[in-house]
Amino acid sequence: MSRRWLSPSLPLAIPVLAILLWAVVYPNISVIAGSFADGFVHWRRFAASPTDREALSATLIIALGSVIAATGIGLPLAFLLTRFDFRGRKTLSAIATLPAALPPLVGVVAFLFLYGESGVVTRVIQDALGLEKAPWSFTGIPAIIFVHAYTMYVYVFLLVSAGLERVDTTLHDAAAGLGAGAFRRMRRVTLPLLTPAIAGSMLLVFMSALGSFSAPYVFGGGVRVLSTQILASKLNGNTGLAYVETTVLALSAVAGLALFRWLERRRSYTVSAKGAATRVVVRSAAGRFAAGLLAVVLVTVLVLPHLMVMLVSFARDGAWTTQILPPEYTLDNFRRLATDSELWRPIRNSVLMALVAVAANIVICFVAAYLIVLRSFPGRRLLELLVAIPWAIPATAIAIGLAATFNVHDPKTGRFILVGTFWILPLAYFIRGIPLVATAVESSLRQMDPAIEDAARGLGASWWMTVRRVIVPAARPGLIAGAMLAAVTAVGEFVASVVLYTHANRPISVEILAQLRALSFGTAAAFSVLLILLTLGITIIARWVETRFTRGELGEVPAVGA
Amino acid sequence: MTAGTLALHGISRRFGEHAAVEDVSFEVAPGELLALIGASGSGKTTTLRMIAGHERPDAGKVTLDGTDITAFSPQKRGFGMVFQHYALFPHLSVEDNVAFGLEARGVNRSVRRERAQRVLSTVGLERVGPRPIQSLSGGEQQRVALARALVIEPRVLLLDEPLSNLDPTLRRSMRDELRSMLRTLHVTAVFVTHDQDDAFAIADRVALMRHGRILQVGSPETLYAKPASRDVADFIGRATLVDAVDADTHAIITIGGVARKVGAVKASTSPPFRKAFAVLRPEALGLVDSKTPGAWQGIIVGRRFAGSGFVYRVALTEDLAVDVASATGTVGEADSVGVIVEREPVALVPA
Repeated sequence: MSRRWLSPSLPLAIPVLAILLWAVVYPNISVIAGSFADGFVHWRRFAASPTDREALSATLIIALGSVIAATGIGLPLAFLLTRFDFRGRKTLSAIATLPAALPPLVGVVAFLFLYGESGVVTRVIQDALGLEKAPWSFTGIPAIIFVHAYTMYVYVFLLVSAGLERVDTTLHDAAAGLGAGAFRRMRRVTLPLLTPAIAGSMLLVFMSALGSFSAPYVFGGGVRVLSTQILASKLNGNTGLAYVETTVLALSAVAGLALFRWLERRRSYTVSAKGAATRVVVRSAAGRFAAGLLAVVLVTVLVLPHLMVMLVSFARDGAWTTQILPPEYTLDNFRRLATDSELWRPIRNSVLMALVAVAANIVICFVAAYLIVLRSFPGRRLLELLVAIPWAIPATAIAIGLAATFNVHDPKTGRFILVGTFWILPLAYFIRGIPLVATAVESSLRQMDPAIEDAARGLGASWWMTVRRVIVPAARPGLIAGAMLAAVTAVGEFVASVVLYTHANRPISVEILAQLRALSFGTAAAFSVLLILLTLGITIIARWVETRFTRGELGEVPAVGA
Repeated sequence: MTAGTLALHGISRRFGEHAAVEDVSFEVAPGELLALIGASGSGKTTTLRMIAGHERPDAGKVTLDGTDITAFSPQKRGFGMVFQHYALFPHLSVEDNVAFGLEARGVNRSVRRERAQRVLSTVGLERVGPRPIQSLSGGEQQRVALARALVIEPRVLLLDEPLSNLDPTLRRSMRDELRSMLRTLHVTAVFVTHDQDDAFAIADRVALMRHGRILQVGSPETLYAKPASRDVADFIGRATLVDAVDADTHAIITIGGVARKVGAVKASTSPPFRKAFAVLRPEALGLVDSKTPGAWQGIIVGRRFAGSGFVYRVALTEDLAVDVASATGTVGEADSVGVIVEREPVALVPA
C-alpha cells in the first residue's frame, strides 16, 4: 500500500538509517578493514597460530555442548511442567526462569562461590568424603558448559513451554483415536509441531554460547575461546589479530542467524489454540515421590546461586578462608557501597549510562519500528536488517568495532574520539538495546489495525497529533517492555564494558570483577546483590508505568448507566 | 449537515502491473446513498480509499461540489469514514473516540463532550460514553464508529463493508437502522459491500464493479430488471442465461426445439444485438403441465424450500437447467414438467 505522499517517511527514515549505519554497520566495517590492514598478514598469523585454532574449536565445542546440555534440561522440564501435575509444580514453574534474572557476571560469581575449588558445595563434598583436596577443579570446558546449561536452559524451557501451550490438544486426542500409542503420538504429532520452537531455542543457545564471555573468562583456566582471545590479543597490542578474531566470531554468529531464519521459514505451523493444555495428575506413589524429589532438587539447585550471593554479601572481607561457610557476618559491605565514594562511583556510572542508552533506544527504536511496520519507502528492508544485526553480533565484537572506529578524530569520515570518554559505554549499551526495543515496539504496532492511522488522519488529525494520540499509545506496551529489557541489560552489562571501560567510567560489573581479583568476596557479592535489586527495581518501575498509563487513559470506569 | 455533491472523473490506480481501478466515473447527489458492490478484488475498496484520500489516483480527479479535491490530504477533505474493522482507538473511551475529530479541530473540551454525547444519542448509545471500547459488543462498536465519523459533520460519509463484521441477525436489523439514520441525517454517503442484499436494502443507487471497472450504475431495480451486460446479470440475483434472438421489443428463445416469443427489454436503446442472451429469473418462470402446448419440456432435478415457496431446478436439455420459483411444492424430483415465461418482459444482454 503506497501512502508515501500522505505522511513524511523519508525525512524520518534518512536520519534513522544514517544513525544505525553509523553505529551498527560502520564499526563492523572498520574491524573487517582493520583485519586486512597489512594485506593478509594478520589472517595468516591467525591461521598459523595454534592458540587461535584451539580457541576456535573450543568455542564451537562449548557452543554445541551448551546446546545439548540446555536442551537436555529445558525440554524435559517443559514437558514435565506443562503436561503433568504434581506437588511442587507451581513452585518449580515460578522458580524455573530464575536464572534469567541473574545478571551475566553475577551468575558466574555465584557459581564460583558454590562450585569453585573453595566453593561451599565443593567443600561439603570434600569433607563428607574425607578427601585431601577438592573432588573437582571447576575449570575448563565442562565448567563453562555447566554454567551455560544453568543460565541458557531457560530459553529452551520458555520457548518449548510456549509451543506446548499452543499445541491443540485435540490433535493429540485425534491421534490417539486413530490408534497411535503414546510413543507414536510424541514422535509423529507432538515433536513435529514443536520443531520450530525447539530449533529456535537451540539456535538461541548456540548463539549465546558462541559469544559468551563471562563464564570462559572466569572459569576458563587454560582454555581460551574466541571472545576471551579477542580481549587478550587487544590487551597484548596485537590489534590486527584481534580484528581477525573478531571478524571470525561475528561471521560465525551471522551464519548461525542465517541458519535460524532459514529453518524458521522452512518449518512453521500456525497451530490454533483450542482447549487449554490439560495436565495429567501424577497418581502412582512412586511417580509422586519421584516428581516431588525432582522438584525439591531442582528448586534447590536453581535458588542456590541467588542465596549464595546474598549470603556472601554479608561476609566480612578476608575472614572467609578455609571454612565451609563464611564465619563472620556484617552489614559493612553495604554500608561501604553507600559511603565510600570510590565504591559508589560504579553504581552511579551504571545507572547514568543505562539511562542515557535507554533514552536513545526509546526514541530511535520507536521511529524505526513505526517506519518498519506502518510505512512503505525505499530502504524499509534495510532498516529491518539494521535493527536486527546487533542481536546477531556478539557483544565482544560490537565493543571491538567501537574501539576500532572511535579512537581517532576525523569528523569527515564520521569518526570521533569516544574511546576513553564517558560516551563510549552508553553507545555500546545503546547498540545492544536496539534489537530488544525495536522488536518489542514492532510487535505492539503489528497488533494495531493499520486502518487506525487512516481513521485518525481522516478525522482531521495532523501527522503529529496522530503519532501522539494514536501511534504512541499503541506502541506503549512494547516501548515499556523493550525499554525494561534494554535497561536490565545495560545496567548489568559486562562483556562490552570490560573491553571499553576506563577507571573513571567503570560500571558495576567491571567493579565486581576487580573486587573478586582483590579477593574481596563480600564486596563483590554486595555489588552483585545490588545489581539484582536494580534489575528487580527496573521491572517494578516498568510494571508501575504500564498500569498507571492504562488507568490514566480511561479514567475511572463507572458502572454502566451511571 | 450540508451534504455535498461528490463526483469521480475517470480515476485509475495501478499497483505495479496490476490495474486495481480503471477509468471509474460516477456522481453522488447531495443526500444520496450509493453502494459500490463487487466481488473481492474488484477495486471497490481502492476506489473508496481514493475518495477518502488515503490513496492517490494515478489518473482522473475527484470533485466535491465542483471543486477538485484530488490533491487534498484526508484531514483536509473532512470526510467521515467507517472502517471495515471499525479502527476504533483501543486506548480511548467511547466518548474520546467520538470526540477525536473535534479534538483535531481544536474544539474545546466541554463543547466536545456535549457534541459527542449528542451524536452518541442519535446512534442510540447515550449511556456508554465513559466506557472502554473493548466492553462494547460488535454492533455497539459499529455504531460508535458511525458516531465518530458523523461528529465532524462530514460533507460525505464513506463506509467500508460496514455490516460485514456483524452476525446475520444483527446484520439485518443494523441494515434497516443504518438506512433510516442516514436518511434522517441527509448525508451524502458511499459505501462498499460485497453483499447485494446489504446494497439493495440501504442504497438509492448501486454501482457494480468488476476487474477495476464500473459495469453499471443505477437503482437496485434497474440493475435487477435491466442488466447492461452478462456480468451484471450473473452477479445480481439468480438467473440463467440462455441464447436468444433479439427482435427489438421481443426475444425469441428456442430450447429443445421449442421456440417461444417473449417481451424483452434492454438497459439502453441500441441496435439489435447480433448475439444475445435472455436473462431468465426464477420468479419470471412458471411450471405447467408437461403436455401444455408451446411449453419447454423438462425434468425436475432439484427442489429447495425457500420460505415463501419452492425453487425447482429443471433440466431442459442435456446441458441447460433453469431455476423456477413456485408457490406450491406439489411436484417431486424426476417428474416431467413444462416451463413457460410467466412474467414478461425478460432482459436481453449482448453475448
